[in-house]
Amino acid sequence: MIQVRNLVKTFGTFTAVNDISFDVAQGEIFAFLGPNGAGKTTTIKMLTTMLKPTSGAIELDGLNPQVQENEARKRFGIVFQDPSLDGDLTAAENMEIHGVLYHVPRKVRQQRTEELLKLFELWDRRSEQVKKFSGGMKRRLEIARGFLHTPKILFLDEPTLGLDPQSRNQLWGHVKNVNEKEGVTVFLTTHYMDEADRVAHRIGVIDRGKLVAQGTPKAIKEQTGAESLEDAFLKLTGSTIRDESAGSADQMRQFAKMWGGAKR
Amino acid sequence: MSAIYILWLRELKRYTRSRAQIVASLGQPLLYLLVLGFGLTPVFKRAGYGSYFQFIAPGVIGMSVLFSSIFSGLGLLWDRQFGFLKETLVAPVPRIQIMIGRTLGGSTTAIIQGLLVTVICMIAGFRPVSIYALPLAMGFMVMIAVLFSALGVAIGSSLQDMQGFQLIMNFLVMPIYFLSGAMFPLSNQGKVLTFVTSLDPLSYGIDGMRSVLMSREAFQPAFGTTTDLAVLIGVGAVLLVFGAYRFSKIEI
Repeated sequence: MIQVRNLVKTFGTFTAVNDISFDVAQGEIFAFLGPNGAGKTTTIKMLTTMLKPTSGAIELDGLNPQVQENEARKRFGIVFQDPSLDGDLTAAENMEIHGVLYHVPRKVRQQRTEELLKLFELWDRRSEQVKKFSGGMKRRLEIARGFLHTPKILFLDEPTLGLDPQSRNQLWGHVKNVNEKEGVTVFLTTHYMDEADRVAHRIGVIDRGKLVAQGTPKAIKEQTGAESLEDAFLKLTGSTIRDESAGSADQMRQFAKMWGGAKR
Repeated sequence: MSAIYILWLRELKRYTRSRAQIVASLGQPLLYLLVLGFGLTPVFKRAGYGSYFQFIAPGVIGMSVLFSSIFSGLGLLWDRQFGFLKETLVAPVPRIQIMIGRTLGGSTTAIIQGLLVTVICMIAGFRPVSIYALPLAMGFMVMIAVLFSALGVAIGSSLQDMQGFQLIMNFLVMPIYFLSGAMFPLSNQGKVLTFVTSLDPLSYGIDGMRSVLMSREAFQPAFGTTTDLAVLIGVGAVLLVFGAYRFSKIEI
């Protein structure tokens, strides 16, 4: 379903994704794990047509997302890592816009909006502007919105960030459900190793832009001789904390990027 | 088509929900209209040009359309900051439709804003040459609004964040306004100013609005309505294509 070959993405002199290759089969739940700044989100951005790769090849359901952008976009749905709601609109209106953009017929749209908002306990607040929502509620709405249409591939970029255990439980239950019942292929990233261990069929571990291990959770644990996936992860990626904050050089780069926007 | 409609509707909803902003954005045109309009009328009369208040009113209407259409286009930057832009960019809708929806939505709100200012001008004493002139003036408002919304989208697509906003304001939006002849007659100016003002698309929009709203005794068109129309449509079409191209190249 997803094929990635020798994918590279560089920003100036910084290599965010460095020559990674992997496959995700149809109907599989694939967890992409890695420390902060390892290149997870950059990879997802390239898979979902938001960024153009520097080199390498991607295939989504047999399509090249760089060339057949729109066809590829019809195949997937995505829950972003950072917010992507319109705060001036209500919860229901955010769902409505998503439904229209993804060509969900009106009847299905209304019915699924109700189901999903009830599932994520937002139905009573559906007519309120999203900017009045708490962080957790916004997150739940993003997730509910991601499930409004049924894609072939679902990308979940750290979907459980900022969710309480109840909502996490609902989310993973729902993910398993669409995966089993509707055969949706799921590509997810998370920092919670127990979640990955529980839900994912296969795991890829990325560190500093390189894919350092891939296989079933069991295989990865055996390969590293670790008891838990968390230990395996620490063995693979080391225990130093990664620094993601922008230094002054990054800020200059940002500034240059702003004005050289056309040339990138 | 439904994508264009829903994004147009979104712009409209956002506009009607920000009442405080609507009121605030009427403040600046009001200042120009009332302070300059009444303040400069005696001098203007003595120079033989008639009432400055009647002269500046179409300019102030053009100004409010210019500002709100460019800012609605730049609203792209807010959407980028708050993330909603991503949601529309990965949707299986051709980007041209997303751009058109945004541009039409921005133009519509700018036209509403222009009509509000027109009403205020008329309450304050502005008298168009006839009531039939108003739909014609609105036609010019539509063209100004579409042209500058497209320009706003083109700029918004090229900037990464709000840091460039002040620059755009001071080196693009204000010069467009000041060089458009919104505040002074374009005829009988020196060569340099005549040349520079003829490069400003807003000059043609305001010249067109004055041509239809004011009598020939009160105002001599600088370009003539045919030229005004041709320039506005031509430049508008070019900017729409350019904006759509820039928008299609956005990476996040």
